[in-house]
Amino acid sequence: MSKSKQSPKPESWDLRLYVAGQTPKSLAAFENLRRICDEHLPGRYTIEVIDLVVNPKLARDHQIVAIPTLIRKLPEPLRRIIGDLSDTQRTLVGLQVSPHEGKSK
Amino acid sequence: MPRSTKTKALSKTPTGIAGFDEITRGGLPTGRTSLVCGNAGCGKTLFATEFLVRGAMQFGEPGVFMLFEESPEELEQNVASLGFDLKALQDKQLLVLDQIRVERSEIEETGEYDLEGLFIRLGFAIDSIGAKRVVLDTIETLFGGLSNPAILRSELRRLFRWLKDRGITSIITGEPGEGQLTRQGLEEYVSDCVILLDHRVQEQLSTRRLRIVKYRGSAHGSNEYPFLIEESGFSVLPVTSMLLQHTVSDERISSGVPGLDEMLGGEGYYRGSSILVSGTAGTGKTSFSAHLVDAACRRGERCIYFAFEESQEQFVRNMGSIGFDLGQWVKKGRLLFHATRPTLHGLEMHLVRIHKLVEEQKPDLVVIDPISNFTSVGKQVEVQAMLLRLMDYLKARQITAFLVSLTSGSSALEATEVQVSSLIDTWLLLRAIESGGERNRVLYVLKSRGMAHSNQLREYRLTDRGVDLLPVYVGPEGVLTGSMRLAQEAREAGQAVEQRQELDRRQRELEIKRRTLEAQIGALQADFEHVRRESEALNGEANGRLETIERQRQTMNEIRGGKRSTTSSSGKTRKAPRRRA
Repeated sequence: MSKSKQSPKPESWDLRLYVAGQTPKSLAAFENLRRICDEHLPGRYTIEVIDLVVNPKLARDHQIVAIPTLIRKLPEPLRRIIGDLSDTQRTLVGLQVSPHEGKSK
Repeated sequence: MPRSTKTKALSKTPTGIAGFDEITRGGLPTGRTSLVCGNAGCGKTLFATEFLVRGAMQFGEPGVFMLFEESPEELEQNVASLGFDLKALQDKQLLVLDQIRVERSEIEETGEYDLEGLFIRLGFAIDSIGAKRVVLDTIETLFGGLSNPAILRSELRRLFRWLKDRGITSIITGEPGEGQLTRQGLEEYVSDCVILLDHRVQEQLSTRRLRIVKYRGSAHGSNEYPFLIEESGFSVLPVTSMLLQHTVSDERISSGVPGLDEMLGGEGYYRGSSILVSGTAGTGKTSFSAHLVDAACRRGERCIYFAFEESQEQFVRNMGSIGFDLGQWVKKGRLLFHATRPTLHGLEMHLVRIHKLVEEQKPDLVVIDPISNFTSVGKQVEVQAMLLRLMDYLKARQITAFLVSLTSGSSALEATEVQVSSLIDTWLLLRAIESGGERNRVLYVLKSRGMAHSNQLREYRLTDRGVDLLPVYVGPEGVLTGSMRLAQEAREAGQAVEQRQELDRRQRELEIKRRTLEAQIGALQADFEHVRRESEALNGEANGRLETIERQRQTMNEIRGGKRSTTSSSGKTRKAPRRRA
């Protein structure tokens, strides 16, 4: 699907968004995620969108139950956020991105 | 994938779990979701696992196991002890294990979500092996991992609908909550079949029970059924129907005790009948069962001996002392010995075990030694109900049941501890009679349905060749047994000898008398002969004289020249001796 990539910095954010088809929730989640990352992690993130309808095996391999699920693969440790990411504050808490850190850059 | 609605009766999917399919008359509702609930450790997971394993192995229906609590490895290990090789089934594409892990601490929730991921995983697993059965164990765990119950509820509702649409027969498990069968009230969504498992401890004995709370569109037993979890998995005890409809056999089987067969109409017990032998301690009850077992094994039949007092070795040794080599039958596989303490488990467990063994071994004879011990693990009513079920069960299968009951010294002889007399077809009563400083054993047939049986009290001894029946001495002094009987017999033998001697003596006297008389007769005959001879001699002399006189007269006549009269005189002489004789 879509991929946004900026020049990697020492601390790059590797994010995966799991969706099931082009549902309104999935689309909303992707939009919300991009907005938050652009705002708080400009140029330091990768988003990989995985459609489980296309690749159902990954649901098992990556322990996905709820849709949409966002997984922060890097930096360690692994974090999971479920939902359409409409609550920016909670998303940031989930990603463990301090708003301050994002703004300072 | 909506399925066309069927108007025919609910079809059922057999679980393969021993006994369960019988009480549900076919198994779980096909294409529906059933709820199996109960407290921790009651066997929910095992029930569900066996449903999948049996489905895959016996009915060719692959299954998917979604684990919410354990890891696949843990489950594999846990059920390996029950003989289920989940690894092999997975290799054969008959089973998929998938663990769903939802850790609340790892998850942040932001906004709307659904459980489509679960659906996709389940759908993928089902499609990968063509599964017909699904287990979700325990789906309620999701409520602990995700904080929005409203979403979960609607998603679970959707999930059950989805499974139904796909025609998947599924089991979900749940633990009871307050006032509900499950913590989250899942029974609201699962409306077709609800099974409650229970594991309770009463008087330090645990019993597992199963109850079908609900089974829509199907008749089912509503009792609590005991079940067992053991080496070969789950088994539910089907309550045998209480209908008295068993077919009966006219075949007779020897009791193994020659004299006893004669007391039982000359032929022994009926095959498939219930036989009770009761008696006080030390009357040789077990010896009678050894006789029967030995006789059955000799005929090539199979026996199971349930011993609740002795171990196999002890039993074989003890019976060896009265001349039975039962060890050979054990070796040949005709005799299976099952020795446990009655207190090992509750009554139902014993019953389930007996059922299971009988199902596996298909014996011709079952011995339970003794039944009276069961009162230590259950109330009398329960024991009676259990034995009733057992006997019905055995009768329905034409298996001869031989029950041994110990009568305690204080209770009436014709009462058994467990009051099963009315269920019994043939009842042998053994008792000890104390007299003359010793204790002797006697036996009688208290009842024996359907045969002419002896009304005799018989004494028996336990010899090195087994039970030896003797006639009881009944004489003017009452029933005598043991050495008193021997003494009496000796006394009688003595009397008989005396009588014979007396007879001999009298015979000899008469002989002497006879001989004396004979001698007298001889003497008289000699006298008589003498007299006769003498009288003959006298006659001869007289004739001679008469002839002489006649001759002289003739001579004189001739001399005188008179006429001849020879003819007349000779006639006279011929007649004369005849008259004299």
